[in-house]
Amino acid sequence: MLGYIYAILFYAATAILVVGLAWKIWIYARTPAPLKIPTTPAPKTRGGVVLRMFREVVFFESLYKSNKWIWLFGWTFHMGMWLVLIRHLRYFTQPVWWWVEIAQPFGTYAAFAMLIGLGGLWARRVLVERIKYITNPSDHLMLGLLMGIVLSGMMMRFVTRTDIIAVKSYMLGLLRLEVGYMPADPVLMLHLLLVATLMIVFPISKLLHAPGVFFSPTRNQVDNPREKRHIAPWAAKLEN
Amino acid sequence: MAADGNDIPQLAHPLEIPKLKCGAMAESSPYVASPDHQAGVGFPGELLPDWKERALAKMKELAQKNRAFRVYLDTCVKCGACTDKCHYFIGTGDPKNMPVARQDLLRSVYRRYFTFAGKHFPKLVGARDLTEAVLDEWYSYYHQCSQCRRCSVFCPYGIDTAEISMAAREIMDVVGKGQKYCNEIIGKVHKIGNNLGLQEKALRATLEDFEEELEEDTGVSVRLPLDEKGADILLITPSADFFAEPHIDGFLGYAKVFHEAGVSWTISSYASEAANFGLFIGSYENMREVSLRIRKAAQDLGVKRIIFGECGHAWRVAYSFLNTLAGPWDFLDQNYPIPQHICEFTWNEIQKGTLKFDPSQNDHIKLTFHDSCNVARASGMGNEAGGQFEIPRNILKTVCNNFHDMPRDTIMESTLCCGGGGGLLTDELMDLRTKGASPRMKALQETTEEHGVTHMAAICAICKTQFAKVMPKFGYDMDSIVSVHQMVSNAIILTGQDGDDEEEGDGEDAA
Repeated sequence: MLGYIYAILFYAATAILVVGLAWKIWIYARTPAPLKIPTTPAPKTRGGVVLRMFREVVFFESLYKSNKWIWLFGWTFHMGMWLVLIRHLRYFTQPVWWWVEIAQPFGTYAAFAMLIGLGGLWARRVLVERIKYITNPSDHLMLGLLMGIVLSGMMMRFVTRTDIIAVKSYMLGLLRLEVGYMPADPVLMLHLLLVATLMIVFPISKLLHAPGVFFSPTRNQVDNPREKRHIAPWAAKLEN
Repeated sequence: MAADGNDIPQLAHPLEIPKLKCGAMAESSPYVASPDHQAGVGFPGELLPDWKERALAKMKELAQKNRAFRVYLDTCVKCGACTDKCHYFIGTGDPKNMPVARQDLLRSVYRRYFTFAGKHFPKLVGARDLTEAVLDEWYSYYHQCSQCRRCSVFCPYGIDTAEISMAAREIMDVVGKGQKYCNEIIGKVHKIGNNLGLQEKALRATLEDFEEELEEDTGVSVRLPLDEKGADILLITPSADFFAEPHIDGFLGYAKVFHEAGVSWTISSYASEAANFGLFIGSYENMREVSLRIRKAAQDLGVKRIIFGECGHAWRVAYSFLNTLAGPWDFLDQNYPIPQHICEFTWNEIQKGTLKFDPSQNDHIKLTFHDSCNVARASGMGNEAGGQFEIPRNILKTVCNNFHDMPRDTIMESTLCCGGGGGLLTDELMDLRTKGASPRMKALQETTEEHGVTHMAAICAICKTQFAKVMPKFGYDMDSIVSVHQMVSNAIILTGQDGDDEEEGDGEDAA
């Protein structure tokens, strides 16, 4: 029974995440940028733009220039999250890919990095007057959701171990559209419920910053307006 | 409210983060455009009965026509990186002048009507209904943004508040609540050809006066041609260059450089304005119409090149948008950048060795350079990224012996706006302008204390006008703000110039 409830939850969450994100990305891609607005100095070539975007999404370059505390907590959280996500691939693959094996020990302790990052960001929302002013209830909820995922995950890893073999066979089963046995471990149930919630709210929340950054005209445009004419389809119609 | 600027903040350093003063600038608001001004730019004369529906329809249209608008409204995570980056926030402490809070004034409405979360859980995500009070709040705070893009430099997603404030102003225009200053001026350009409403006859007389002045000063006949068919270069310059100090001195500087470079050039009475306030109100159509005047002038006069004078947002529209708005420019000489900045031209000539200078003519001046926001963060110069920082400085260092930069975090891409850009250069906003200038002024004061800097050069007509007005409030003379080409003009030695004895031997190489 529990296996079926979570199976429905995960299939629905995955569908919402994939379709919702694809829909949003489609809209972003389809919406024209009528004018060249890169924040300059900006790269003069496509390759330069790729490099700029790489520095932006891997090192959070602009944030680093802006505020060292937000950068420290934000970067720590996100990098920890990537390691943890990579480590979690072991529950969906058989045999486990070699690079996931390598990431295993780092991924385990990266949870602490996530915790520190989230804690720091949350503290700033409460303690820094300016950031408190711009914070909505949904911003606290999002931090609470992520914090809940991290803490429940850490519980299972470091405190009350769950039957991870059974969990993995359940997940591998879901990938083959087979619903198997899921252990009725409350911490596990909470962890998975929160993860599914995160997947569901992703396309309708500020988590859209993940795809959004790639579509930001101030960051993804080549600075060559004099060399190459740029015109949006709706603007070209004005010329007739 | 101290409209006389009596409560100028005493900053400990240029970027000092103020304590929040909620509502401190809620009363600041520019004059609303009259029905006549609105008609001149194609907008309804006064607030329409169905303004709310129209505003929401426009918002939807913008989300479909402008990727920046849609992506920026969606992606903000409220990290707070931008909160201390706006000069108006630093100067006023009003939290609604924090870039993210300024965006949220509109984002909250967008969420309410166009997003799932905002439709169903408005309180949770800070979504709110569009009411007349919200509209008034927009009118106040979207006219406290100079669209300088400093916040966009520091945002991890590159969210540009200028895009949001332009969109907000366009929405307000469409429902009949336009701003007098911008819309009156754009109407004049559509009708007459320049911001000042200077007719061809008056312009011709002005130029003749300047020619006489130049000849008296230098003993050389330097021409200021108007509507001369067949000239190689069309000069598009802000009309302030014909009208006020220190703009005029910069203008005479361009003329001397053209003269010594031996090129033929002309001004157009039809397109006698570089400024394009269509940018400030976010109106593609108005911006395009103003730009097309330049195209027509270039075609009618049969020129081969277009050069822009010193004007910040004009250079943004020229460099970044002109090809889009009024191109393709296939009838011009493709061997030169289209369009070219006067600083690019002058620096090229300096490198070619066609110009001769006596930088000691500027020895009474210790100079610094104010990077104008639209040049620094929204356009470029030369072939390298960052040319817009190097080229004007290279020129200044050539013509002036004493040059010192202001603190690094207040110049180049981090430059602080003059406080008067983006359509705010109007008297009723003097309090805002003064407070907004205070971070830049503090940076200048520090440089004065450290290096004895006496003057600041700029390549923007708005910066020059704004600083001439506000610098006296910070202990400087109004003529402490100078044009870059004014410094060039002071130092350049024209071929055959009076008192030019020692140079006579090689005075023939300018032909």
